[in-house]
Amino acid sequence: MTELTDQLYHFALLDEDAQREIRRKLLKAVAIPGHLVPFASRDMPIARGWGTGGLQITLSLITPEDTLKVIDQGDDESVNAVNLRRLITRTTGVATTTDTTAATIIQTRHRIPEEPMRADQILVLQVPMADPLRWVEPNIERATIMHSEADYGKMWVYMYESIVRAGDLRIASQYPVIVNRRYMMDTTPIPRWDVPKLHMAETLYLFGAGREKRIYAVPPYTAVEPLQFEDYPFRTEYRPGQRCARCGAENTFLTSHFVADAHGGRWETTCSDVSYCTKRCAATETTA
Amino acid sequence: MNYLLEVKNLYKSFTLHLIDGRTITPVCDVSFSVAAGEHLLIHGRSGMGKTSILKCIYRTYVPTSGTIWFQSHQFGRIDLSRADERIIIDLREREIGFCSQFLRVLPRVSALDTICEPLYRQGLDRTAAQEIGREWLRRLGIAAELWQASPMTFSGGEQQRINLGRAFIARPRLLLLDEPTASLDETTKQVVINMIRAAQREGTAIISVSHDLTGLGVYADRQWTFPSR
Amino acid sequence: MSEQWLLRVEQLEKHFGPGCPVCRQLTGPTTGRSRCPRCGTVWACVDVNLQLHAGEVLGIVGESGSGKSTLLQMIYLALRPDSGHIWYRESDGQLRDLTTLNRYEARLFQNTHLGIVYQRPELGLNMRFSVGGNVAEKLLLAEWRHFGRIRVRTSELMNKTELLPERIDDEPTTFSGGMLQRVQIARALASHPTILLLDEVTSGLDVSVQARVLDLLRRIQWTDRITMLLVSHDLGVVRQLARRTIVMKNGHIVEAGLTDQILEDPQHPYTQLLVSSAL
Repeated sequence: MTELTDQLYHFALLDEDAQREIRRKLLKAVAIPGHLVPFASRDMPIARGWGTGGLQITLSLITPEDTLKVIDQGDDESVNAVNLRRLITRTTGVATTTDTTAATIIQTRHRIPEEPMRADQILVLQVPMADPLRWVEPNIERATIMHSEADYGKMWVYMYESIVRAGDLRIASQYPVIVNRRYMMDTTPIPRWDVPKLHMAETLYLFGAGREKRIYAVPPYTAVEPLQFEDYPFRTEYRPGQRCARCGAENTFLTSHFVADAHGGRWETTCSDVSYCTKRCAATETTA
Repeated sequence: MNYLLEVKNLYKSFTLHLIDGRTITPVCDVSFSVAAGEHLLIHGRSGMGKTSILKCIYRTYVPTSGTIWFQSHQFGRIDLSRADERIIIDLREREIGFCSQFLRVLPRVSALDTICEPLYRQGLDRTAAQEIGREWLRRLGIAAELWQASPMTFSGGEQQRINLGRAFIARPRLLLLDEPTASLDETTKQVVINMIRAAQREGTAIISVSHDLTGLGVYADRQWTFPSR
Repeated sequence: MSEQWLLRVEQLEKHFGPGCPVCRQLTGPTTGRSRCPRCGTVWACVDVNLQLHAGEVLGIVGESGSGKSTLLQMIYLALRPDSGHIWYRESDGQLRDLTTLNRYEARLFQNTHLGIVYQRPELGLNMRFSVGGNVAEKLLLAEWRHFGRIRVRTSELMNKTELLPERIDDEPTTFSGGMLQRVQIARALASHPTILLLDEVTSGLDVSVQARVLDLLRRIQWTDRITMLLVSHDLGVVRQLARRTIVMKNGHIVEAGLTDQILEDPQHPYTQLLVSSAL
């Protein structure tokens, strides 16, 4: 495997110029938390929209000593996660893991792992839509000016109108937040459940949108506040009494999926973070 | 004698740029004084520039030369012909009133609000101002059912009364009245004359321009015939 | 008389185009042109000086293309002048040159100190948002974060501008022209601006609707003592609202004075023409 990388590819696939460009843009993104930094998104051996932004960040940061975890929809074994993991390991030869606590770089789409992350870890998120102002201002040039002027009135009116029309803040994912009391950022594509994890976190969060050619970041210990009203506060998906059908966890983000059985099948609600769920199940078995 | 207003060697000429830059001088070397509580009536042939004098004092016209000394409450003795615009604006709000021959108001604004305008401008709150406004409308003999209507729908005489009311209501120290009794019937004319005399008793100096020598003229302290050239 | 000026414009200048050595000689009120015949540069504002005092209404009149809207846009900080200064006196007496503010600071100043009403409501309002949302935007920008209180304040503002608060959630497209101007006024007043800028607010309205909007602005001025800068080509509008007036022609101020003096004893040939051509 290492021979292959030595012969055919530069370490981590991307050439040196591309990696340097992305690292510079990452530094800028960290220096201006929440600010969308344009970057020269390269063509990747996977289709745009399948995580090329996150992949380019990972490939620019990764060193041979890193331990990698790749998840998609909270699952290490979903097709996309498997493919991305295979690509990264074949071009770098780094070790992989499914254990959140053992990984140094975690590339993910849709979820932040349930287990608390540490200062020595980096979470790389694959982002489909980078700019929250897209909802209210389709013109990118004007949206950029709005960001530079912190002119977020339109976005707030959008929240206001959401309450007027629906009676509540009806936003499932892509919940907009204000980072470091300055820039408005899309938390795409994580669910509301994971939004509070961004606030004053120990970990560095990096966001990459390959198709939109934007990089942004939430450095450790940065204030991340969801858009909310005092009388209509931001709420996660938590429902009192919720419980994972598999590991029994009562405080995790759950997903429903259909399980076929002899009687035709049924809906089961389990943890979205599969490796965490499996870890809990294993722990219960050993204690039992 | 201590005069409230002293006009000295006042000239006013107009340069008409649109008519070959021709110059006309309707006010030529005019001097007179008025004391507090005094009523000076200026009369003379029409078109001779009587109104121009009033407008020079009010600074609607910029005097060409001469001085207009006014003893102001707020600013002391000042020359109205040269005073800063901001001072003029303030004096118009509180010390000097002007009543033109024609009522110029915003359509659809009620008579009550129209007459109260000077009070609103002074910052009086609406209910207090309207209290005073109603009192003046009553004195002026405007029928109560007209108070909420726009003065633009009124007869000439009624409009003129509203116009006068607007000048009197702010209790200025100097009142400039341009033909105050024209287009008024005898009864209303008497109402207006009484208003003028009441204002005089409060110390208001009045300069009026009028042809009405038998009515208004009888009550004026002094009459001055504007020289015809 | 209120003490000092609130806003002072000094030698403000704005041109659109490349400019050439003879531009200035070939444009201006004496030539009757704003556009340089040699290089095509438009001199929208040249050596504009004015002072705006707290609580006053200052009128700016002039024909289309005289530069009055450009001047207003520069004071609104929506357009950057080529040179000159716009001084603003903060409530603590400190002077700020608004032309030195960066984008972010300028927008913040605009949100907290200025309100604007345009002739065309589409410029001042977002037609996709509800009427209430448009008014609320100013409050949200001023960091109002309580939905209930925002609704109450928005209703108050609608009442104040003679709009039915029941229509708070209606779309602007269902409102008439005069009502939309009042929505714009409500929006402009929401964040308690110190200066309200009015750009031909009653042009294009029926005469009777025009009177109502003017009466509303006048009453707001009386009660709130808000400072206004009123741009209009209609001398009648200026007469009703402004105590002082500035006359602009081809980017220059040709005359300034008390409004009635400008209208009845105009000094400059152009002002005499303007007044004599008014209906």
